[in-house]
Amino acid sequence: MRWLLLKDLQIMRRSPLLTALLIVYPIVIAVLIGFALSRGPDKPRVAFLNEVPADTPLNVGGEEFDLAGARSELCERIECVPVSSEEEARQKVESGDVLGALILPADLVDKLQTLAGLNPESPTVKVLVNEEDPIKAGLVDDRISALLATANLRISQEVSDVSTTYLQILLNGGDFSFLGDEGLKVLGLRESESILRDVRGELPADSPDLERLDSVIRFSHLAAENLSVAGELLSSVSQPILVDKEVVSGDTPSLDTFAIAVAATITLMFVTVLLVAGSLALEREENAFARLTRGLVSKTALLGEKILLGVVVALAVTLLMLAGLGLFVELDWGRFGLWIPAILAGGAGFAAFGAAIGGAAREVRAASLLAFMVSLPVAFLSLIPSGTVAPGLYDVISVVTAAFPFDPALRALTGALDAGGPSIGIAIVHLAILVVAYGALARVAVRRFV
Amino acid sequence: MTASPPAPPADAAIDAVGLTKRFGDRTALDGVGFAAAAGDVLAVIGPNGAGKTTLLSLLAGIREPDAGEIHLPRGEVGFVPQQAALYRRLTVAENLRLFARLEEVADVEATVERMLEQTGLGDRRDDQAGTLSGGNQQRINIAIGLLSDPAVLLLDEPSTGLDPRQRGRLWEFVLGLAGRGTTVIFSTHNIAEAERYAGRVLVIADGQGLFDGPIAEFHAAAPAAGTEAADFESAFVRFLAERGH
Ligand SMILES: Nc1ncnc2c1ncn2[C@@H]1O[C@H](COP(=O)(O)OP(=O)(O)OP(=O)(O)O)[C@@H](O)[C@H]1O
Ligand SMILES: [Mg+2]
Repeated sequence: MRWLLLKDLQIMRRSPLLTALLIVYPIVIAVLIGFALSRGPDKPRVAFLNEVPADTPLNVGGEEFDLAGARSELCERIECVPVSSEEEARQKVESGDVLGALILPADLVDKLQTLAGLNPESPTVKVLVNEEDPIKAGLVDDRISALLATANLRISQEVSDVSTTYLQILLNGGDFSFLGDEGLKVLGLRESESILRDVRGELPADSPDLERLDSVIRFSHLAAENLSVAGELLSSVSQPILVDKEVVSGDTPSLDTFAIAVAATITLMFVTVLLVAGSLALEREENAFARLTRGLVSKTALLGEKILLGVVVALAVTLLMLAGLGLFVELDWGRFGLWIPAILAGGAGFAAFGAAIGGAAREVRAASLLAFMVSLPVAFLSLIPSGTVAPGLYDVISVVTAAFPFDPALRALTGALDAGGPSIGIAIVHLAILVVAYGALARVAVRRFV
Repeated sequence: MTASPPAPPADAAIDAVGLTKRFGDRTALDGVGFAAAAGDVLAVIGPNGAGKTTLLSLLAGIREPDAGEIHLPRGEVGFVPQQAALYRRLTVAENLRLFARLEEVADVEATVERMLEQTGLGDRRDDQAGTLSGGNQQRINIAIGLLSDPAVLLLDEPSTGLDPRQRGRLWEFVLGLAGRGTTVIFSTHNIAEAERYAGRVLVIADGQGLFDGPIAEFHAAAPAAGTEAADFESAFVRFLAERGH
């Protein structure tokens, strides 16, 4: 028993690459998950610009609205990044430093004041967003709607409270102060009705005014009845503040297309990387590598053949998959001509990556395991939108994901599937660079094959 | 003592000088040189780990020597590795066909048929190579190495795992090639085989060339301890023992 245990530990020590992966992998995954849970969507970074003059009192219907309090409450729910101008906000959004920007225009308070008056104007806040990818676009929308819903709820509460007071006076009578005037005595509809009834009782039964008086009584009764439910109606006014949303960069493809691109890229990745890594390692396992590379084919040509194999299979599988998906979701078949170069470039990127893995691992099983273990977290990292994590960390993530084919392949496919997607040309150039780099790595790795 | 190697013949098909190969700090081959002419059959013998496979892999161009030179004036080199190098998931015929195509032989199908006949595996032609017995896999391994009809043929322990009948066929075929001018260099642990089929032996131990010459000279270099003429195998063992191997 213990000898077997010792034997296994010794074997693990002799396979440093796999053992290191076995140790590093769970840590990486744990960190990623922890990260997703803690730093995830609950505190998005939003640039905040308040153009409202600092000491503007906000008075809604005689009640002081606590602007500073509202602000600090807001900044508890999001990470407010103070900016001093709309220009700066725009820049931060464009660079992906923040998820979006919230701008309170100078006239916001003035317009808010009018809500409680007789001539209401819609106050508008400006929102800048960077919708470079659909996951983020969705996230931004959710955040901002949630924030505004809360703000609107509070404001409409205030407004309807004030309106309800007016209504009560109209219904039941009372003192009404208007523009600093003396208290104005208001009779109220209910009181008017009872006065009218009293008057009616004093009229002779055959008076010609009786009928006209009756109609006035009916009206004030009806008005009182109906206005008493108006209070409830008022409180349901929910959107006093309007949002003027502006997309700063990135024309977003639909979430559907994006989901298809992600699915296709993940399929492309696994099929190609596993196939190429495995079949290259198999050449060595079968001892055929030495036989082939002495005279029959050059090592570079053999690697080229593996990459070509990967590309051909990748193309077939991905097209098949898209055709299958096309049965359920609408695909823009008019862009078919762009699908092909995107899949070919993505396939080549993954194939070269697979060749490097197969060369490094040298055994089929180790190669498959390595391929899985490296591909998954990279794919996961590539799907993290900017602005959802600290900017320094996001820069690190960008550098890491740029070194692997998943991110450019996803961009190429998204761009190919949807006109609103990212530039397919840049993605293909990026993939071409990765093909050369991983091809060179694979070429170095197979030197150790014999 | 180390026999001085004979001067390379003018028509040397292969000429190796001072071949050295190191793996880390282990010297697998230490300045081994020899020459062989067209039609020569040279046996490389030596204990396990002597450096036979290393020498053949340098000659085959699979590995680069750390020092020394190999001259191959003409033609290409065929190689039969010690461990079968074939695709276990391909059938016998598919393996032969693949390598025949890669070798660019003139008539692929005829060559495949000839090799199936040669190996006696015609009835297993559609079986996956991995399902064959070890000896039968070795037969295919050899057949693949013979496909190209090279000027120099290198065989690393080719008869290991073969039954006597197959061994007979193998040597018949190899000697036939030598008779037509192919230089054959093979390693073996079967001393009798070396004595019987090789015109010359190259003895290496611990990476060093100890003897290079005709079999008869080797007998002289390792004189029988006893009175009666010792057989080649015990002469070989004694030869090594005397030199501390
Ligand atoms: N890839 C390698 N890495 C490290 N050492 C090696 C390697 N290949 C061979 N060696 C060492 O080189 C020496 C010669 O090995 P080689 O395989 O040439 O011996 P051999 O004469 O063919 O032995 P055998 O008769 O057992 O086949 C041995 O000590 C071996 O351990
Ligand atoms: Mg050997």
